[in-house]
Amino acid sequence: MTTATAPAFPTTWSRPPFIKRAWLRWTLYLGALLYMVLAVGSVEVNWMRVWEGLDRGLRFIQGFLLPDFTSRWEDILIGMEESLTMAVTSTVAGVAISVPIGIGAARNIAPLPVYAVCRAIIALSRSFQEIIIAILFVAMFGFGPFAGFLTLSFATIGFLAKLLAEDIEDIDESQAEAVRATGAGWWQIVTYAIQPQVMPRLIGLSLYRLDINFRESAVIGIVGAGGVGATLNTAMDRYEYDSAAAILILIILIVMAAEYSSGYVRKWLQ
Amino acid sequence: MAPVMTDTSSEQVTSGPVWRKRTTKQELALWLGWLVLAAFFIFCWQIMTKTTIWAFVYDAPRQALDIGSRMVPPRWEYLPNLLEPLWDTIAIATLGTLLALFMAVPVAFLAARNTTPSTRFIRPVALLIIVSSRSINSLIWALLLVAIIGPGVMAGIVAIAFRSIGFVAKLLYEAIEEIDATQVEAVSATGASKAQIMDYAVVPQILPAFAGITVFRWDINIRESTVLGLVGAGGLGLRLQESLNVLAWPQVTIIFILILITVLVSEWVSAKVRHAII
Amino acid sequence: MLRLEGLSKVYGTGDRALTDVSFTVEPGQVVGLIGPSGAGKSTLIRCINRLVEPSAGKISLGDLDITQLSRGGLRQARRRIGMIFQEYALVERLTVMENVLSGRLGYVGFWRSFFRKFPPESVENAYRLLDRVGLSAHVNKRADALSGGQRQRVGIARALEQDPDLLLIDEPTASLDPKTSRQIMRLIIEICDERGLPAIINIHDVALAQQFVQRIIGLQGGKVVFDGSPDELDADVLTRIYGEEDWSATIRKVDEDAEGTEDSAEEIAAALDRERLAGLT
Ligand SMILES: Nc1ncnc2c1ncn2[C@@H]1O[C@H](COP(=O)(O)OP(=O)(O)O)[C@@H](O)[C@H]1O
Ligand SMILES: [Mg+2]
Repeated sequence: MTTATAPAFPTTWSRPPFIKRAWLRWTLYLGALLYMVLAVGSVEVNWMRVWEGLDRGLRFIQGFLLPDFTSRWEDILIGMEESLTMAVTSTVAGVAISVPIGIGAARNIAPLPVYAVCRAIIALSRSFQEIIIAILFVAMFGFGPFAGFLTLSFATIGFLAKLLAEDIEDIDESQAEAVRATGAGWWQIVTYAIQPQVMPRLIGLSLYRLDINFRESAVIGIVGAGGVGATLNTAMDRYEYDSAAAILILIILIVMAAEYSSGYVRKWLQ
Repeated sequence: MAPVMTDTSSEQVTSGPVWRKRTTKQELALWLGWLVLAAFFIFCWQIMTKTTIWAFVYDAPRQALDIGSRMVPPRWEYLPNLLEPLWDTIAIATLGTLLALFMAVPVAFLAARNTTPSTRFIRPVALLIIVSSRSINSLIWALLLVAIIGPGVMAGIVAIAFRSIGFVAKLLYEAIEEIDATQVEAVSATGASKAQIMDYAVVPQILPAFAGITVFRWDINIRESTVLGLVGAGGLGLRLQESLNVLAWPQVTIIFILILITVLVSEWVSAKVRHAII
Repeated sequence: MLRLEGLSKVYGTGDRALTDVSFTVEPGQVVGLIGPSGAGKSTLIRCINRLVEPSAGKISLGDLDITQLSRGGLRQARRRIGMIFQEYALVERLTVMENVLSGRLGYVGFWRSFFRKFPPESVENAYRLLDRVGLSAHVNKRADALSGGQRQRVGIARALEQDPDLLLIDEPTASLDPKTSRQIMRLIIEICDERGLPAIINIHDVALAQQFVQRIIGLQGGKVVFDGSPDELDADVLTRIYGEEDWSATIRKVDEDAEGTEDSAEEIAAALDRERLAGLT
């Protein structure tokens, strides 16, 4: 086949680089490398302290293998009760507020001023961690699950209203047009054309948010906003790792159950 | 499709026939569902507010005004003290994400149905690792790790990593399960080894998803690492905790502003990078 | 030489895909495998390189008993068997060159392949093959940037890069338009002729099979119901394979375009379309 007249073919090949401009490529590589070196270098580790800690780590793992549910059972029960009720009430309240805000934040149906306000609320809620909001609400409303309820409701708005607004912006225009063609008003368009399209996903997202709110409710207790986080924090402070492990195991089990059943509910809804 | 209408609308739209969206029976069930939900809400509300001191709640607007007035003007001179914690916060998020990747990738391959060595024994273990990591917030991980290896950036990095494993591994194993099997078959039909099949048929298919997930998680981790200092794990949260302890509200304002900017920038970066990949 | 003896396959689901299939493919012979959808054509082809594990029977390539091979032995045997797929099965996100070079994976170690440092003669051969299938201009493009016909050409080049002793080709044209189908079929046949390469080609398009191959095997319900030359395919045989139907249009077609060239491809395409509409596919 290879005759003298056959054209010569190259004998090497290398893959074209992902970033074509060489200078940009090398700048990025070197920049990343330099950052990594500096970042790793800036991490101060007290190896003595880590070494001492290994023993505690071991005790913690032991705690996981042999969790102690009994000694702090009363506290755990109260904490769990608060966490679960906080999760439910804040999800319901959060969803109820998210719906109008989500509609207001959808560019295709809301007037500009309303849009701007709603988007600002969403951005504010999304930018700050639940724990920061919780600190502020605890300072205003006092310790306890009420501050936690407000925190989680507020966080729910940022999450749900944003997704809801995006859903509404993505809806099938032709259906909205069909309703508009009948001479329907704004309110009718929302209920007949938009609601049926976004409702199933809204339910799914609400269930997902319930799950998140429960997980978060275990955290905000650290700053005094009620829930099982406070119990956990106390157990950790007292070096009761087996009780702490018991709480964590309960959290994991509840999250697993929630995930399993919400998957089930979502299937059932379809 | 004709527009669907419930009977609540019939008073406004009287011209033309009225379509009923649901049968009466379904409607009844729906109302019953709402009723149960409302009852459940009230029940939970009662339990939750058992210990609430309402006097504090009524006093809240005044408290809010009080705090608000103390938060302004922000203490701008405090800003230089925040640069090192800011660096630490970004380092915690970045190194924590990288550390998580090392652990999450093998877990994902063990959890995906089409790559796991054993669906019976290994896959459930991988799934348990994923759900445990996901169930526990990074702040709680930080709480544990500060107790174990002591306060500092290191605890933050490991906390972020532990929380991210489940997130990354879950999304990644779902991507692995979705790969096109015929591409894998085609490469194995050439006589390639297991490792080569991985490199030539599996990795190219999941790489975009992997990069997207990584950047997405990094963005979340920046947010989370701003507060890890509250429990002693380094970064901006450390300064926040100090300022709150002495009720230095003007400093708190500065910290909030810095957190807000950091979060917005990281969101912008992650959106840009994801856009470039896809 | 490929020999199948009493090959059977029952899937885990209980589907009996193949029953006691035996035939021999002589060196340099191109065999067309026809049959209705679900007849077991793909299963048969996949059993030969054991992408599907046969349930019973023996497959030998030369002196090698493929059914008895260990994992390592199977990898070595697969290097000698090139495969071309219906949906091309290219790795979409790799470049055309990487897809072609992946044909050499059985011959190089992991690290060489990882760094894409293939031996010079492999690279040279890949360039030559891409030139042969008319894709010299697309070497560095990603596979998902190509059209269907171009992708199948990459698929052909990948199989040939293996320097195989046998080609297994599963419906190479089923995802292509009629014109491109003929171009691809012609390319495959030419290449097999050039190299004296034996091949089994699954086609559900009878006219295409009749035009291009020397020998046709008809499969029905997992059994061989016809084995002979294309001219022996008459209405009777087709009925045995596909069931009752008016076959006159299909059979007439055979002499009509024996001279099919690229120029008249449009007309042929139209003819083929008519045929498809007649209910063959
Ligand atoms: N992976 C599989 N699992 C179970 N049954 C299969 C599988 N692949 C094919 N079959 C069955 O085997 C029979 C032959 O299929 P196939 O070889 O794909 O036929 P063809 O390629 O001729 O259309 C069909 O009845 C099909 O349902
Ligand atoms: Mg087939």
